[in-house]
Amino acid sequence: MALIDLANPTRFVTLVERVLPWLVAATSVAFAWGLWGTYLAPDDYQQGATVKIMFIHVPNAWLSMFVWGVMSVAALGTLVWRHPLADVAAKCAAPIGAAFTFLALVTGSLWGRPMWGTYWVWDARLTSVLVLFIMYLAVMALWRTVDDPTRAGRAAAVLTLVGAINLPIIKFSVDWWNTLHQPASVFRIGGSTIDRSMLIPLIAMALAFTLLFITLHLAAMRNEILRRRVRTLMLTRAERAA
Amino acid sequence: MMALTALFARDARIAVRIGGGAMMGVLFFLAVVTLVPFAVGPDLALLRRIGPAILWLGALLSSLLALDRLFANDHEDGSLDIILMARPPLELVIITKALAHWVTTGLPLVVASPILGLFLNLEPTALAATVLTLLVGTPALTFIGVVGAALATALRRGGLLLPVLVLPLTVPVLIFGVAATNAAVVGPVPFGTPFTILCALTLMSGVVGPFAAAATLRYGIE
Repeated sequence: MALIDLANPTRFVTLVERVLPWLVAATSVAFAWGLWGTYLAPDDYQQGATVKIMFIHVPNAWLSMFVWGVMSVAALGTLVWRHPLADVAAKCAAPIGAAFTFLALVTGSLWGRPMWGTYWVWDARLTSVLVLFIMYLAVMALWRTVDDPTRAGRAAAVLTLVGAINLPIIKFSVDWWNTLHQPASVFRIGGSTIDRSMLIPLIAMALAFTLLFITLHLAAMRNEILRRRVRTLMLTRAERAA
Repeated sequence: MMALTALFARDARIAVRIGGGAMMGVLFFLAVVTLVPFAVGPDLALLRRIGPAILWLGALLSSLLALDRLFANDHEDGSLDIILMARPPLELVIITKALAHWVTTGLPLVVASPILGLFLNLEPTALAATVLTLLVGTPALTFIGVVGAALATALRRGGLLLPVLVLPLTVPVLIFGVAATNAAVVGPVPFGTPFTILCALTLMSGVVGPFAAAATLRYGIE
């Protein structure tokens, strides 16, 4: 079955229903491995055990940007390649990405209270992630403003692509501006500066959260396809009754 | 009574559905609060001092923006005419619609305000005072806004006319709301003094607003 066959909603739903239990199992295993690695990871010499918030905060932050990237690719699929399921992918990714961003903000805020002495500070990294969160909510709001899903999809696709400018700003904000947030330690020119005993659990948790996103996203896409079918059926029945 | 309950449920249901715009107010509130530190700078001490004022201004502007959907949608599809001819008194009908509007637009603002207050580095006393004053003051904003919404019902390209009409009337609510919050934090005036005046403003607008709006709808809509 070629990749193009996935454009058929029915085949896509069938495939998702077959693959989903395996994905759930894989996600659970990945989380178990990641959390075990978190438990084994050493305490920070300054922060103590509080540093372990990092193993939840950082993957959520990475995924909040990654999901917007997924939405941007889906937006290109809607506008450029006219893929039938692209707007379904974009619509379903938005709430999940918003949840990851929210968790990144909340865990970072709780981490900042003991470390920096404040829940919130208006520095470049935190502000740009907050702006990303607002843009996620804006895309979700735009989806719920127009009745017809196809038209809503095109409008949301434009907004998603325009908002993608925020991603490099978030990534490089800690380098461009003098901020309270820690500068890049993993993805930077010159290699990562984080010790391997912490890097491995971090990558493991990132993998686990990515698998979680894939699982939730595919399940949500299946639900959205079924929801649109129900909507079409209800509209047809209403038309027939008139 | 059953008609009014049904009207309340209908308005609430439409507001939270697609095109209703219920949660848009909270999103705008969040956006405004995010914009302020860009404008005044990230100095947390300054933000703590002007925090209650920012929250009140954001809530006021968000309430104003959502007002035009009070009567405009009903006027467009004709249900406003039916409401005007119905048996319950028009004033009661307008109070019901205003309450449904407040529950779907104003109450989410009140719930969101402590979280946004954390962004502005407010201390717990200020957070609690802001929530309480907003809880009491946002119905006043809705009841005063009902007058402007009724005036602007028939206008198709009203634009910003509605906020411009309503803003001067909401100034007392804003003054006493911020005064009550600052009284709770800094003093020297006791919290109760401006707070009871705020309550009085809400109760007064709850009577005057619907009566004025009813007069407008009765004689202004052809």
